Amino acid sequence: MAVELDVFVGNTTIMDEEVYQLWLDGYTVNDAVKVRMEGGVLDECEASADVLLSDTMDQYRTFQMCERLLHSPAKLANQCSNDFPLLCLSLFRYYAFDDAFVREVLGKKLSKGTKKDLDDISAKTGVTLKSCRRQFDNFKRVFKVVEELKGPLVENIRQHFLLSDKLARDYAAIVFFTNNRFETGKRKLQYLTFQDFAFCAGQLINNWTVGAVDNMVEDMDVDLDKEFLQELKELKILITDKDLLDQHKSLVCTALRGKTKAFNEMEANFKNLSRGLVNIAAKLTNTKDVRDFFIDLVEKFIEPCRSDRWTAADMKLYLTHYTNSAHILDTFKHQVVWDRYMGVIKSCIFKMYHD
Amino acid sequence: MPGKLKAKIVAGRHLPVMDRASDLTDAFVEVKFGNTTFKTDVCHKSLNPQWNSEWFKFEVDDEDLQDEPLQITVLDHDTYSANDAIGKVYIDIDPLLCTEAASVISGWFPIYDTIHGIRGEINVLVKVELFNDLNRFRQSSCGVKFFCTTSIPRCYRAAMVHGFVEELVVNEDPEYQWIDRIRTPRASNEARQRLISLMSGELQRKIGLKVLEMGGNAVVGYLQCFDLEGESGLVVRAIGTACTLDKVSSGSAPNTNTHVHPNTAPASNACNSPSKDGKEPVFGEDLPSSSGPPTPFRALPTSSSSPPPFSPSKPCSRQSSSSDTDLSLTPKTVEPKPVRCRPGIFLCPSSPTLSTDTLSLPGSGSVGCGHGLSSAPRATTPPPPSSIHSDCALLRKSVSFTEDLLLAASGMGSGGSAGKEAGPLKTLLRQHTQTALEQRGASSSGLLLNAREFPFFTLTSFPPGFLVHVGGVVSARSVKLLDRIHNPALGNTRSYKLLDWNSVTADEPETRDAWWEEIRQEIKSHAKALGCHAVVGYSESTSICEEVCILSASGTAAILNPRYMREGCLDIGSTDHRFEDPSPPSCGFCHIPYDELNMPFPAQLTYCYHCRRQKVPDVLFTTIDLPSEAAVTGKGCLIQARLCRLKKKAQGEVNATAISNLLPFMEYELHTQLMNKLKLRNMNALFGLHIQISVGENMLLGLASATGVYLTALPAPGGIQIAGKTPGDLSNEHHILTIQKRINDTIAKNKELYQINPPELTEEGLGSPIPEPRQRSRLFRSHSESSDELSELDLSHGKKDAFVLEIDDTDAVEDIHSLLTDAPPPTGFYSCNTEIMPGIYNWTSGIQMFTSVRVFRLSNANLTNQGLNKIFTDLCENLLKSFYFKLRSMIPCCLCHLNFTVAVPEEELIQVAVTAVAMTFDKDQAQEKPAEKPINKGSSENEEQLQFPLELCADVSSANTQPSSKVSGVPESTNVSSRVSSLERCSPLPEGRSRSLRSSRSFGGSSVTVVKMTPLSFLPGIRIIKYLGIINMFFIRETTSLREEGGVSGFLHSFIAEVFAMVRAHVAALGGNAVVSYSMKECVLMENPNKNQAQCLINVSGDAVICVRETDQEPTASMTNIGQTCCSANDGAT
Repeated sequence: MAVELDVFVGNTTIMDEEVYQLWLDGYTVNDAVKVRMEGGVLDECEASADVLLSDTMDQYRTFQMCERLLHSPAKLANQCSNDFPLLCLSLFRYYAFDDAFVREVLGKKLSKGTKKDLDDISAKTGVTLKSCRRQFDNFKRVFKVVEELKGPLVENIRQHFLLSDKLARDYAAIVFFTNNRFETGKRKLQYLTFQDFAFCAGQLINNWTVGAVDNMVEDMDVDLDKEFLQELKELKILITDKDLLDQHKSLVCTALRGKTKAFNEMEANFKNLSRGLVNIAAKLTNTKDVRDFFIDLVEKFIEPCRSDRWTAADMKLYLTHYTNSAHILDTFKHQVVWDRYMGVIKSCIFKMYHD
Repeated sequence: MPGKLKAKIVAGRHLPVMDRASDLTDAFVEVKFGNTTFKTDVCHKSLNPQWNSEWFKFEVDDEDLQDEPLQITVLDHDTYSANDAIGKVYIDIDPLLCTEAASVISGWFPIYDTIHGIRGEINVLVKVELFNDLNRFRQSSCGVKFFCTTSIPRCYRAAMVHGFVEELVVNEDPEYQWIDRIRTPRASNEARQRLISLMSGELQRKIGLKVLEMGGNAVVGYLQCFDLEGESGLVVRAIGTACTLDKVSSGSAPNTNTHVHPNTAPASNACNSPSKDGKEPVFGEDLPSSSGPPTPFRALPTSSSSPPPFSPSKPCSRQSSSSDTDLSLTPKTVEPKPVRCRPGIFLCPSSPTLSTDTLSLPGSGSVGCGHGLSSAPRATTPPPPSSIHSDCALLRKSVSFTEDLLLAASGMGSGGSAGKEAGPLKTLLRQHTQTALEQRGASSSGLLLNAREFPFFTLTSFPPGFLVHVGGVVSARSVKLLDRIHNPALGNTRSYKLLDWNSVTADEPETRDAWWEEIRQEIKSHAKALGCHAVVGYSESTSICEEVCILSASGTAAILNPRYMREGCLDIGSTDHRFEDPSPPSCGFCHIPYDELNMPFPAQLTYCYHCRRQKVPDVLFTTIDLPSEAAVTGKGCLIQARLCRLKKKAQGEVNATAISNLLPFMEYELHTQLMNKLKLRNMNALFGLHIQISVGENMLLGLASATGVYLTALPAPGGIQIAGKTPGDLSNEHHILTIQKRINDTIAKNKELYQINPPELTEEGLGSPIPEPRQRSRLFRSHSESSDELSELDLSHGKKDAFVLEIDDTDAVEDIHSLLTDAPPPTGFYSCNTEIMPGIYNWTSGIQMFTSVRVFRLSNANLTNQGLNKIFTDLCENLLKSFYFKLRSMIPCCLCHLNFTVAVPEEELIQVAVTAVAMTFDKDQAQEKPAEKPINKGSSENEEQLQFPLELCADVSSANTQPSSKVSGVPESTNVSSRVSSLERCSPLPEGRSRSLRSSRSFGGSSVTVVKMTPLSFLPGIRIIKYLGIINMFFIRETTSLREEGGVSGFLHSFIAEVFAMVRAHVAALGGNAVVSYSMKECVLMENPNKNQAQCLINVSGDAVICVRETDQEPTASMTNIGQTCCSANDGAT
């Protein structure tokens, strides 16, 4: 004797959020039943274990069926479906990811090789392998779809996957990181969270990409503006021209004097720090150096400052004056490029300057 | 005759990738109607093609318009090889043929493939230009409205109820044709889908013709079924109730011209007027009714005497199939003679006119045909009254079980072996009438035979004042062998071709017709025996296993108010006096219709507890819904009796005999179970009783579902008393005592659970004219006309106030255990199988329709009846428990219209399919019935009476929906947290999703086409403003990759979901936003896991409607609720 077939289909799908989460987390049906039993659903509703098993299987099947739709949600919006709000919710959850997991794969190639390493990541982060796979596949799917589209990245993601603004931005960050293969895995970068990177990605997308100047190009938000990167080389004059460097330093120091406890350190380190930042700018034409952008920022700027015990306020003060003073330098002709560069660097460093 | 069908293919979207190389598709579309095909251009390399085709025009007969579906095939163009089919869409254009329904079909239809399921969508526009057909010999019946709803549809008023219409068409099943061996499964499935679509269309057209003849303009309670008889063919049959409906303009004052002639009343647009009388020379002109044909209703003294104006022109030869016999009839040619209380020909099923052996011979049917004329008269002798009585298979409550058993047994006997004899006899009968018809030309007298023959009504709820008395359930079953019928006239093969049945002369439809007619005849005689002239809540069903077929029919014998009937529709002879004494509406229907001194069966009668003036039975079983005006104490509940009986595997005749021998016992036991369970719940009436008996190879399954209630007018049920057979045995005695205690406890608990607190009335207080039960029964017996054996048997169970159960063997113990194991629904839940739950009046707007299917495999080969029963009971109980669990977020709620269907698809499988709707209600006010407004209104004026009361709970529910409507933009029925709404706001939807006419549906920047579905005839808190037509769809899905699709469960789950999606899409394309009276008529699943294959057939039907929130002045905040957003569009439309 056995139930050979057991199906329950509603005109609007009934979804148990708890079961959905269990499914997303990669629990098997039996494990999910156990978890639910412990959760005490049965007592609430005078049901038996059989009922619970049947319900869980049914829900899992529903999710599996929905999964297909969730992979191309734009279709889903078109279908004569009564489940639209529900599917939006499930979509949201489906495309949600663990920061711990994404931190591990951020900037990595979304290749089969990486997928093979998922079990290691799963072990490291405590996220179940099934869930890891789903998240990984989500990244890959979004990446593939957006890759070939014109127009703003975040907007594209939102339209195609019907995601919330926040989630769409996070996905844009992931796509951006993946595309440029930014190095995020080094030990020195471990203290940075995904949200730090996502913020930086947003800054870069908005200011440094092709899309920042022209918004109808393919890959506009994914590729950095090559011309801009070329122009960055011109900034080198700030450190190669000795006069300019000294002039810049004195301007900054005058502005900072008396305003911060770390003034001495700032003064002493000015040339080093300035060299560091300008060198990063100058090197960005090399793809390899683009990849090392964040590690360079940390090594060349954040770490020295941190060892000098600058506060966040010090940092803010310093960078503001550092940026603004360059405008006063009369021999410095690259104000526009400088602003475009420093605007992003400033906000990135603010975001990254923490423990 | 003429009509112009126009179709335009606009675009497609989300087509599947057909070309692996480019990951794209070169799609084009073939539009086919009848034998004409048009093609669009190929839209190269796109998954979202824009064809924007010209208007394809088909000039066709309206007959074809009714029969044929518009067939749209999407294909992938291939330069070198054959074009690959992507999928198909069948569009039933019937709704466009009726002016009052939809005017255009426009929308996105899922492209369906029988192997792959839904593959993208296609946007289609369809229009029809119909020219009026004045030819009175036409075969079409455009303009007749069809409703699945088994009550007078909400925005109509019944001017006249004409009566029963039935029809069936037969064809060979494409799946069993020789060609099926060489064609692909896809081609075979599509042939079947198309054939059934055609047959349904034809069936509707033919029924429509009959309705027009009767002078009606609509069919209410339309019930269409398929019999997949396998080798012997495919039968599509339908029954319904012909009515003349007047539209009640929504919201405004009731129509002033209530009594307008039915032919002109619906003719607001005369172009589509269903009037067929042909007397109006011009259409579109409002003729004064004096010059119009005489009204077919009320007394028309002249009509019988005046010569029928056009009858001579009606030669029978025009008919292409026998079932059209009375095609030429118009109601006014009827002589409304009460003299002809019967068709004059009465066939007594149990009279041994022919011996069995003649009939077991194949080909006997044709033999019969040959002798038609000569032998027919033999069968026309009216049966002696006693034979009617002994024939009763009444499921009416009676005190004595034995008697009931006996009745059932005799009834079944005739239904079984004798029934088989009757089949050919019936054929003769029809032959006879046909010949007579030819002889007499179209002289009217014999022609209305059909309508008058069966005063049956498929309606289950009625306008106030319509139902006068209810007698009880009448049912009949008969076992038939589906032999191939050889017709010597045609040689030994059926030579008709697929889709060409108009020329069919094979006698199959007649055979089937005869079978049904025989059953209907039996039902009619049962009703007569109960002193009733009509049968309401009538339905028919079949169960087929191999070549054995059980035909079942059941209904409720009743007396109807003749004021609303067409003259001559009912036989009202001596019974007239009963109408003169008006009974209060809240109890009148309970009063016995039969003669107290001449009861068809012994029963305990008491004076009505409500009015104290007339007699009522102690228990009442019916197949109808609880009349809205009935007085009920407490709440109702679902009561089910379940039964399994093993049977030996056998073939042919032996098998049929074995089954027909088992049937009466099953009926009896189901009845006992029902009665016990009813008593256990302290209730005294059953509504919506539906008994299904399914046959399998080695077992029979019986499932009886009903909603039990406590009718205030009926006496309180006595308890259940347990008696041991062997007194003196102490341990036994003790055992009995414990059981008795448990039963008493359960009864007490149930009383509380269902809030049954009847007003304590002392019978003595009224000077009790009721004799002691014992005397009474004796009294009745002495007057009883029933045969002696009955009364003798009755003695053994003579007077019993309390219900006695005897425990004498293990069987009885089992029974009692099963009685007590039925778990009541958990707190907050109620369940019923009627439209609404008696005792709950304040529904809120949360609804959740669902379909659930379970298949159980019996692995144990040697099961006992008891073991089987237990398994079956558990299966049903667990299913209910699952529902309660799944729907727990809707508490407090009620599962309404729980419709169980059982089947034995294979030897060791039991399949149970359920469709129901969960509706939320407001708990706090659940006790009170809102002001009895409708009743007062109903009784105030004659015309008003026929108007259905608006939502009983209109005021209450709308008030309640406000607080409960949660977050805007979220239908309550989904248990989604509030997060959704925020999500929705921030997730922009792609543009252009509502490109159809219903642009006003959009809200808050996005738009969602939500189509509500419910098996009920209404939606709580929502007003139906327009019926758009019937939805009747048939789908086949097949897979050869069962495992990959998630096993049978996954396969069926996605199929059902797809069916829902397609129904919704079709409704949306008609401009509707809800389906009411939705039902899944058929769900046949065949699987072969070893071959990784499965096939499933689903047939669904319902009424597409436009509805708006009950209170239009409601603030816009609630208007933005999904599903309520089309108000503005609708207001414009009406």
